[in-house]
Amino acid sequence: MSGKGYLHEFTKGLLKENPTLVGLLGMCPTLAVTSQAVNALGMGLATMFVLVGSNLVISLLRKVIPATVKLPCYIVIIAGFVTIVDFLLHGFAPELHESLGTFLSLITVNCIILGRAEMFACKNRVLPSILDGLGMGAGFTLSLLAIGSVREILGCSTWMAGTPIAVHLPAGMPQLSIFTSTAGGFMTLGLLIALAGVLTRKKPPAEVGCGACPMAKRCTGCTPEEREARKEGTV
Amino acid sequence: MTTLQTIVSIFLASLLTDNYVLSRSLGICPFLGVSKKLDSSLGMGAAVIFVMGCAAAVTWPIYQLLQRLGLEYLKTVAFILIIALFVQLVEIAMKKLLPPLYRALGVYLPLITTNCAVLGVTINNIDDGYGFGLAVWNAVCVGMGFTLALVIFSGVRSRIEAADVPEMFKGVPATLVAAAIVSMSFSAFSGMI
Repeated sequence: MSGKGYLHEFTKGLLKENPTLVGLLGMCPTLAVTSQAVNALGMGLATMFVLVGSNLVISLLRKVIPATVKLPCYIVIIAGFVTIVDFLLHGFAPELHESLGTFLSLITVNCIILGRAEMFACKNRVLPSILDGLGMGAGFTLSLLAIGSVREILGCSTWMAGTPIAVHLPAGMPQLSIFTSTAGGFMTLGLLIALAGVLTRKKPPAEVGCGACPMAKRCTGCTPEEREARKEGTV
Repeated sequence: MTTLQTIVSIFLASLLTDNYVLSRSLGICPFLGVSKKLDSSLGMGAAVIFVMGCAAAVTWPIYQLLQRLGLEYLKTVAFILIIALFVQLVEIAMKKLLPPLYRALGVYLPLITTNCAVLGVTINNIDDGYGFGLAVWNAVCVGMGFTLALVIFSGVRSRIEAADVPEMFKGVPATLVAAAIVSMSFSAFSGMI
């Protein structure tokens, strides 16, 4: 593979195949931990670490893992890396560990990670897999940071509160507390996806797609109509 | 608090004030993916109630075992493996023993392994320190809350499909904004308990 090919593996996750705004994957952490920009950044980086680690190991083991039990194998590898991140944050960033809470363990079932294992790492060599993990992780982190920044600025009139680079908006700015709640998360994400569609001049996705879902091969379709359509081969 | 009060407050919290989908943002993928039709919402909801209750019943004793061995940090690995294994077993058993039920719920089972609400409820049960009975009750109630959110939202979505939405909001953005409004209306329940 040429240098340009390697670069593509990294850059595709940033915008063109952005897992959050284009792929609509990993919705739960995207909504749950983005009420503060600093939590969003922490979640993004933790997920990126797990993604790079699992892509690396799965790519190394891609000829060893039998196809019939690959899903449980991937889940064990991913859960192992999640446990490592859990320990690291507990030791070095206890405040972040506290505010991410259960969602740290739930990185295990983030479908971005299983999706990349199933669609990329199990078919590719080690270096492209690491670059893919870095790019997808960076794309996820950037989208989370964007959503977190919007929600924190509108909801609390601060940005990156609790860090050395914290910015406090002038007093008197209205604080729309709705943006710190889950409802604000849904709304911000919807508006950003619409904006991404305008900027890329593409129609926003019509549905939360099954294309990148790791269970897509086994799943027989979500609604009876889709199942029929799939049987007839029209989808 | 007496046991009865705890039981009632768990029920109200998981259905209304602390709904997993609408206030804790867990299980969003199936919430957005399967809520298009009322019957698929009900099917998915029933499958989730069943799996959540059983997963809580299976993971609770496993955690006691891990605790005795001093291996609490393995809970994420152990729980997800058990849930994946359990869902697979239920699928096989249901296919053989209860074909009509399998036709109704079976298609949703593979999706449940990666439903973060299931892993979430088992971990929250441990963090909240519930005993065995309360853990299973909490899981069943959370499943009912999930079903409630799905059923309400499938009604909202059928109205969006008929509505004239601006071009840039068609599809997922409109769905998400509608979810925001449903979630906002549920936040009115806070303070009830």
